[in-house]
Amino acid sequence: MAYSDKVLDHYENPRNVGTFENEDDGVGTGMVGAPACGDVMRLQIKVNDEGVIEDACFKTYGCGSAIASSSLVTEWVKGKSLDEAGSIKNSDIAEELALPPVKIHCSVLAEDAIKAAINDYKSKHQD
Amino acid sequence: MKKPIYLDYSATTPVDPRVAKLMCSYLTMDDGLFGNAASRSHQYGWDAEEAIEAARKHIADLLNANPKEIVWTSGATESDNLAIKGVAEFYAKKGKHIITCKTEHKAVLDTCRQLERHGFEVSYLDPQENGLVDLNKLKAAMRDDTILVSIMHVNNEIGVIQDVAAIGKLCRENKVLFHVDAAQSAGKVPIDVEAMNIDLLSLSAHKIYGPKGVGALYVRRKPRVRLEAQMHGGGHERGMRSGTLATHQLVGMGEAFRLAAEEMASESERVRLLRDRLLKGIEDIEEVYVNGDLEQRVPHNINISFNFVEGESLMMALSELAVSSGSACTSASLEPSYVLRALGRSDELAHSSIRFSIGRFTTEADIDRAIELLHQKIDKLRALSPLWDMYKDGVDLSTVQWSAH
Ligand SMILES: Cc1ncc(COP(=O)(O)O)c(C=O)c1O
Repeated sequence: MAYSDKVLDHYENPRNVGTFENEDDGVGTGMVGAPACGDVMRLQIKVNDEGVIEDACFKTYGCGSAIASSSLVTEWVKGKSLDEAGSIKNSDIAEELALPPVKIHCSVLAEDAIKAAINDYKSKHQD
Repeated sequence: MKKPIYLDYSATTPVDPRVAKLMCSYLTMDDGLFGNAASRSHQYGWDAEEAIEAARKHIADLLNANPKEIVWTSGATESDNLAIKGVAEFYAKKGKHIITCKTEHKAVLDTCRQLERHGFEVSYLDPQENGLVDLNKLKAAMRDDTILVSIMHVNNEIGVIQDVAAIGKLCRENKVLFHVDAAQSAGKVPIDVEAMNIDLLSLSAHKIYGPKGVGALYVRRKPRVRLEAQMHGGGHERGMRSGTLATHQLVGMGEAFRLAAEEMASESERVRLLRDRLLKGIEDIEEVYVNGDLEQRVPHNINISFNFVEGESLMMALSELAVSSGSACTSASLEPSYVLRALGRSDELAHSSIRFSIGRFTTEADIDRAIELLHQKIDKLRALSPLWDMYKDGVDLSTVQWSAH
C-alpha cells in the first residue's frame, strides 16, 4: 500500500510522543481501541486554568495511519479550548492525511481519543 | 532508489538465471523450438513434445512418480481446484464428504467452500497449537462417505511440515483419497508419493525458481485415481486438462525442478544457517514468539510475532526489507491472519506477526542488515506503544476493558 507524504512524515517523525502523569489535575487521558483490533491510541491533554489545551502527547499501537492520525491531532488540539478540540472531525483528519477508505477507521479512532481525553479531564473537574 | 532486500521467497521466487536462459530458447523462430506439442505432423511439434516430456520427467523424478502421472496446469491454484473438484465430481456417487484443515491455502479452502454450495460436506480440522494436524482428530473425522482428505505438506504462512506419510497411511487404510498441496514443499523437503501414499499432489513452479503461471498435478495411476476435467477442449493431458501446452513455461518448470533435486540438500543447509543466524541475532529482543512448531518446519520460512508492535507499522518501518505480515491491515479486511488464529494465537500476536522467507539468493549480509533494522525499529515502535508501557508497568493486558470498535 502506498502512503501519503503526510502519513509518512508523521510516521517517521511523530510529534509529541510521550506520557503525562495521570494524577496531575490538569491532565485528561483518553485511551481507545483494542489490541485485538490492531490499534490502541492513548492521547493525553494538559489543560490550563483558562480551559485551554496547553500541551498534548500520545502513544499509539497500530498501523502507520493510526500513528499519523494520533500524531496529527496532538498538534491540532494544542492552543484550542476544550470545545474547539471536541469539534475536530474524523473527516478533517482523514482529509489532511489523505487516508484511503480502508484507513478511515484510524481517523475515527483519533477523534474518539480526543473526546475521551476531554471527558476524562471534565470528569476530574465536575465540582 | 535501492530495491529492498528480498525476504519473501514464500510469496514467490525470482526465476533462476539458468532457468530463464533455457526458457528463452523456446520462444523465437531463430531457435526453432516454439512449436505446439500437439502438432504431430512436423519437426516443430516433435521438438516441443520432446522438450515437454523431458520436463515432465524432471517433475516426476522429484516426487518418485511416473511421468505419465503428471498433468500440467497453470499453477498450484488450478491444481488444487482440479484435484478437489475433479475428485468430488467423479466420486460423488460414492460419497460427498471431504476433510481438510483450517490452515490450508485459500486455493483449497475456497474450493471446498464452493463444493459445499453444491451439496458436499466439508470438515475443517483445527490444527494443534504448533500448526500440525492431530492424527486422532483426522481419524475421528473420517466417515463411510468420506472420499477425500486434503492436507498441505508445508504451510505457506508458518512453514510447518505436516506428517504427510502418517496421514497418507491413515487415508490408505481407510480407502480415502489423499490430496497434498505441495506448492511450498517441493524442492525444500523430500517428497515420495509412493512411500507417503499420496494420490494427488499440487505443484507450482514460481515457488522454486521457475516462472509464474505454470504448475502441475500429480495423479496416481496405480491404483488409478479418476478426475472429472475442469477445463474442456482439445483433450490434452489425457483429457484431464485441455489447452495448448506452454512449451517455454513447462521447460522452465522442468529445469527448476531438476536443479532443485540436485541442490536441495546443500541449499537447505545454507538456508538453515541463515535462518539460525537471524534467530540468534534477535534472541535478545524481549517478547518475541516464533509461530508454528519449532522442529517440524522448513528453514526457509520463519514467522515471528513481535508482541506490542503492530505488524503493518513494523512492515512500514522495515521498508528496506521485502517481507509479509499476518496483520489485518495489509488486506482490506480487519481480520488478522486466519492461519495464526487457527493456531489459537491471540489477535494481538497475530497482528504483530512478520513472515521472513529466505531463499537461494539471500546472503549473510542481508540477514545481518535485517537483524540491525529489527533492533532499531522494534525499539522505536515500542517506545511509541501504549501496550508496551502497560506491559512494562506490569499490567496484564488481558484484564483491561478495551473499547472495541
Ligand atoms: C500452499 C500454496 N498453495 C497454493 C498456492 C497457489 O499457487 P499458484 O500461485 O501457483 O497458483 C500457493 C502460493 O501462493 C501456496 O503457497
